[in-house]
Amino acid sequence: MYYLRLVFKNIFRHKLRSFLTLVGLVVAILAFGLLQTVVNAWYAGSDMASAQRLIARNAVSLVFPLPKYYRDRIKAIDGVTAVAASNWFGGIYKDMTPANFFAQFGVDHENFFDLYPEFRTNPEELLAFKKDRRGVMVGRLLADQHGFKVGDVIPVKGTIYPGNWEFVVRGVYEPADDTTITRQLYFHWDYLNEEMRARTPRRAEQVGVFVVQIADGSRAAEISQAIDREFRNSLAETLTETEKAFQLSFIAQTETIIMAIRIVSFVVILIIFAVVANTMAMTARERLAEYATLKALGFGPAFVAALILGESS
Amino acid sequence: MSAAPAPARPIVEITRLAKGYRRGDQDVPVLFDISLVIPEGDFIALMGPSGSGKSTLLNLIAGIDKPDAGELLVDGEDITQLSEAQLADWRAAHVGFIFQFYNLMPVLDAFENVELPLLLTSLSRRERRERVETALSLVGLADRMEHYPNELSGGQQQRVAIARAFISDPTIIVADEPTGDLDRKSAGEILGLLRRFNEEMGKTIIMVTHDWHAVESARHVVHLEKGELVDAPAPHA
Ligand SMILES: Nc1ncnc2c1ncn2[C@@H]1O[C@H](COP(=O)(O)OP(=O)(O)OP(=O)(O)O)[C@@H](O)[C@H]1O
Ligand SMILES: [Mg+2]
Repeated sequence: MYYLRLVFKNIFRHKLRSFLTLVGLVVAILAFGLLQTVVNAWYAGSDMASAQRLIARNAVSLVFPLPKYYRDRIKAIDGVTAVAASNWFGGIYKDMTPANFFAQFGVDHENFFDLYPEFRTNPEELLAFKKDRRGVMVGRLLADQHGFKVGDVIPVKGTIYPGNWEFVVRGVYEPADDTTITRQLYFHWDYLNEEMRARTPRRAEQVGVFVVQIADGSRAAEISQAIDREFRNSLAETLTETEKAFQLSFIAQTETIIMAIRIVSFVVILIIFAVVANTMAMTARERLAEYATLKALGFGPAFVAALILGESS
Repeated sequence: MSAAPAPARPIVEITRLAKGYRRGDQDVPVLFDISLVIPEGDFIALMGPSGSGKSTLLNLIAGIDKPDAGELLVDGEDITQLSEAQLADWRAAHVGFIFQFYNLMPVLDAFENVELPLLLTSLSRRERRERVETALSLVGLADRMEHYPNELSGGQQQRVAIARAFISDPTIIVADEPTGDLDRKSAGEILGLLRRFNEEMGKTIIMVTHDWHAVESARHVVHLEKGELVDAPAPHA
């Protein structure tokens, strides 16, 4: 009876410490939860990807292109409402520093922005973009970062497509909401194709991926299969997936980062253990005099040990 | 002063006692060749400079620590031969402790603190209650039974500790600087209590102290210098 009372009373003796220990544990657990959230957020970036867009790419690898004429054949497939080419350009603006890095895509200038309603465009600017072979649309974020204005010429050094390229800013598109990322530059795929035709004809009439718009998001799987079936046993087989899945396949490459986050999670668990152990040691240490007293009074070591365990548990 | 110290029976007999501590791979001797007889009913003041080994000697007599060599009889029993577990039982039955910092259990009230040693006995709940109430009345704290240590003054806490030390009717009482943390007035009350227990109930008390007022309450003074006993006149001689 006394034993229980000693234990019970001691637990409530240090209200502040018990409280702080509890807070520490809660913070650690929340941190753990937060890390899980971060991992989830990593995948969430792909959530903004529309379910109504599919990406058709070369089944072998992203580095292989698809023939341009696939566009019309995809468009003919039941359920498809629009198709636009999109081609990674990979040029260097100024230098290779991360600050100056941004994505450039050669796209079908006629309808690309129709497929991306989350990019808000000014109709006049869009028209000017469509009319100018070297015209580009830049995102708001990118424009603000580099001070790009309509009429500016952006020199880009090609890597995949060698040479010095010059693009003329014809418009700035705005994000429709917070999840929209506006750090890209879009130029005419036709411009790219003409240059290729002139310089390396072997590489002309090739498209990186096709963005496929469908009317009904719930039919995404079915339509993807239909597209891939269309090109089975052809020169370049396609692999079509939702835009979200497509972006996730990029994310998978950052597996190491997720690994690091997982490791941090384990560290957090270790911290939890350390907090508990510390409390236990602190309680025992400062009460050494009490334990010694009990011992002196003739209480056996088993009683004292039971007390320490009882109190810290 | 009580008059007749006639054929006092020896209650503590110490013969050629030695004790050292190991620190790392070095032996630090603390007590050398101590021989001392304490008769029943005595009140000893153990004095000496800091570090001379007073607490060490007291702990040996109280069976908290074990000597390296020598004999130590308490009430005829050689306690150096007892195991740890036997020593614990022996302490519970034979020794009352008073510490400088009272060492009360902060989560127990005065009554429960005094009752603690009785939990190791076979006394019934009612018998315990009677005894505790008597003991607390003796130290003048009948009206403070339900107070917790932090609700008591230093002097009052030490009185609770004294009640706890006497409650199980021990053979000897050991006190390590019982007035060391108290003001003059409280210290006087504590010493008065110890003296009463000694004179009226014949309790044997061994008290380590630096306090000359405390020394005046004792019957004999034992001086310890660098681990050895030195002769000194008793203040009540
Ligand atoms: N557990 C221990 N381990 C090692 N050395 C110890 C231990 N306990 C005491 N000592 C040493 O033994 C010597 C005597 O200590 P002791 O506590 O008996 O002195 P004391 O006379 O009671 O001093 P004070 O008046 O300051 O209380 C000291 O030098 C001390 O450092
Ligand atoms: Mg001491």
